[in-house]
Amino acid sequence: MDFLNALVAFANFVFIPATAYGAQLALGALGVTLIYGILRFSNFAHGDTMAFGAMTTILVTWLFQSWGISFGPLPTALLALPFGILGCMALVLFTDRVVYRFYREQKAKPVILVIVSLGVMFIMNGLVRFIIGPDDRRFADGERFIISVREFKALTGLKEGLAIKTTQGITVITAVIVVALLFYFLNRTRTGKSMRAYSDNEDLALLSGINPERVVMITWLIVAALATIAGTLYGLDKSFKPFIFLQLLLPVFAAAIVGGLGSPVGAIAGGFVIAFSEVTITYAWKKVATYVLPDAWAPDSLVQLLSTDYKFAVSFVILLIVLLFRPTGLFAGKSV
Amino acid sequence: MTDTVRNTVYFAAIAVLIIGTGFVQSWNAALFILNFGLISAIMALGVNLQWGFAGLFNVGIMGFVALGGLATVLVSMPPTPQAFSAGGMGIILALILGAGTVVAAVLAYSKLPKGRVRGLAIMAILIVGFFVYRAVFDPAVAAIEAIDPAATGYLGGLGLPVVVAWPVGGLLAAGVAWLIGKTALGLRSDYLAIATLGISEIIIAVMKNEDWMARGVKNVVGLPRPAPYEIELQQDPAFIERAASFGLDPVMASTLWVKLIYAGLFTVVLVILFILAQRALHSPWGRMMRAIRDNEHAAKAMGKNVTARHLQIFVLGSAVCGIAGAMMTTLDGQLTPGTYQPLRFTFLIWVMVIVGGSGNNLGAVLGGFLIWWLWVMVEPMGLWLMNTITMGMEDGSAIKTHLIDSAAHMRLLTMGLVLLLVLRFSPRGLIPEK
Repeated sequence: MDFLNALVAFANFVFIPATAYGAQLALGALGVTLIYGILRFSNFAHGDTMAFGAMTTILVTWLFQSWGISFGPLPTALLALPFGILGCMALVLFTDRVVYRFYREQKAKPVILVIVSLGVMFIMNGLVRFIIGPDDRRFADGERFIISVREFKALTGLKEGLAIKTTQGITVITAVIVVALLFYFLNRTRTGKSMRAYSDNEDLALLSGINPERVVMITWLIVAALATIAGTLYGLDKSFKPFIFLQLLLPVFAAAIVGGLGSPVGAIAGGFVIAFSEVTITYAWKKVATYVLPDAWAPDSLVQLLSTDYKFAVSFVILLIVLLFRPTGLFAGKSV
Repeated sequence: MTDTVRNTVYFAAIAVLIIGTGFVQSWNAALFILNFGLISAIMALGVNLQWGFAGLFNVGIMGFVALGGLATVLVSMPPTPQAFSAGGMGIILALILGAGTVVAAVLAYSKLPKGRVRGLAIMAILIVGFFVYRAVFDPAVAAIEAIDPAATGYLGGLGLPVVVAWPVGGLLAAGVAWLIGKTALGLRSDYLAIATLGISEIIIAVMKNEDWMARGVKNVVGLPRPAPYEIELQQDPAFIERAASFGLDPVMASTLWVKLIYAGLFTVVLVILFILAQRALHSPWGRMMRAIRDNEHAAKAMGKNVTARHLQIFVLGSAVCGIAGAMMTTLDGQLTPGTYQPLRFTFLIWVMVIVGGSGNNLGAVLGGFLIWWLWVMVEPMGLWLMNTITMGMEDGSAIKTHLIDSAAHMRLLTMGLVLLLVLRFSPRGLIPEK
């Protein structure tokens, strides 16, 4: 029985990775949910918007690195992030102007917009592959760890080590700042309030003199910023591969739906629900179990509920359960 | 210009494109495009049932196509008797236990009174059931995969003729479609899209990882064929003589002949499915479907069970995709789960249906052939374009190599662009619905 070591192992392999992943999913799901709330369709191009933003950031990071600019112990990508956001904003505003606006004026059915977003998704994906290529790109620099396994062991004298990667720390801090700013904007500023009003009741908002085109434009700008930040953090934490973002679409959508489409608080909660379920179900619990259980009970197998190849299946099953029992999501999002 | 004339012109143009490919490139390439065009047309018919007739948005076509491919292996490969004796019973028992667990959970949900007891009971059933299932399943899988992993290491199939796999593939796809439809239909339209997107990824993940079933990423090669092997034809004196009378050498003649046999089989399937779809479209059932699509509330008020009809047509359309998937794996002669990509098997079919004309079966078939031809040709055309653009640049410059290397990604851009342009400027497609 060694609870302390078990706790450290749990924190190292489950809690910290899941928190970072959950923060990335939450940022992605916030973008999906905002588009759903204001423009009223599920944006399948969101994954590739994240990829495009991350790609722009990577290109600027490489430029900075070649100029010898660095951010000390922090990754240079953080300095490049604002430029990535600007690039992504330009792209989504351009897409909205040439693609989505036409259907908005026609008051097309949501499912048509979903198909259109599918077309946009492939063009964006093509663009990203065209510009940066389909390969794995690493762009993280600076200190690798906030605390490494060896330092932790020396510090505490425990058998089990604990590592916190810089990227994990940055992910969580950035996410907290971004979410705080977003909620301040939505709840306190005039523009944010007009966005919420438009999302709640379009006709009433129009009657009160809210300019719909302005609301839509601001939504796209926020979504571009959120997508770029989410994509860059994910790329820093894992690595940047264009096709990964297509696969990220499923957990992101699952997070948004589990939380309740259209509800920002729900998107954050959903992101963490999905991330923690994925990690706990695909983690091999042998190490933790060995510490907690008496020696005689120590497991021989890995104690892994599902192999990591099935992590989509976890988000999918959660999605199905929510659709079956509570189609509006945890935080009662918009209509069913 | 009447509709008949216009349609004839369209299909004549397709014929010119394919025959033109035969003259310019090679007849093998032309027949390759024809065969895959036939399969694509069948897939497009299936999607047209769902989208054109009923307005259901299915983004998981890839999963249903892959299930068809799986059926080919399960039906036509010879069985592996040692594997069956080692772990076959274990697998079957485990699957029954797994299904039993789910049924027990569902029963508990419907029979027990609402409240905390019910929640706990369901949790207990699922958790215990899962561990029992794993306890039976894991050793059986290990035993099966240990048997000659380089050649078999899986249960094998039933050893039946491969053509039997086509309807079986349809059934398999229909079963999964029923499960998905049951959960996601009746909710908002986007939910079906997301659920199908998820299930298709999971089907591919299962096929890649469950080696006992169809060898996973180790692939199953050498599937039985409904056509003779080229090498046998080349040794057949009667065939050589006939080839010579056409002025062809035996190697060339045998490859063309085998492809023609496939084309004949596929054409039969396409014609049957097309006639069925056409009959369905013009029957009272088809009119009801379109009525539901155009105004769900009005149809509901007329006493139509919208969700049940949606489920019905969703299952039918997915079954057609499953049949096409089985045919495609038969044509390839191998099952390679790693090659299933959403772009090629989901998105491309959507472009076919929308370009051809959603709601019109003839349009779906036309779109199938046209877009498939374009898909094959975009890559050489993209390379040519890039070579032309970079002609003025000096050799070995970074931009030139980058541009030429990126030509492979032109397909994504082109297909996305085609879809957006058609949706914007001609949303009803080449052959619009009447």
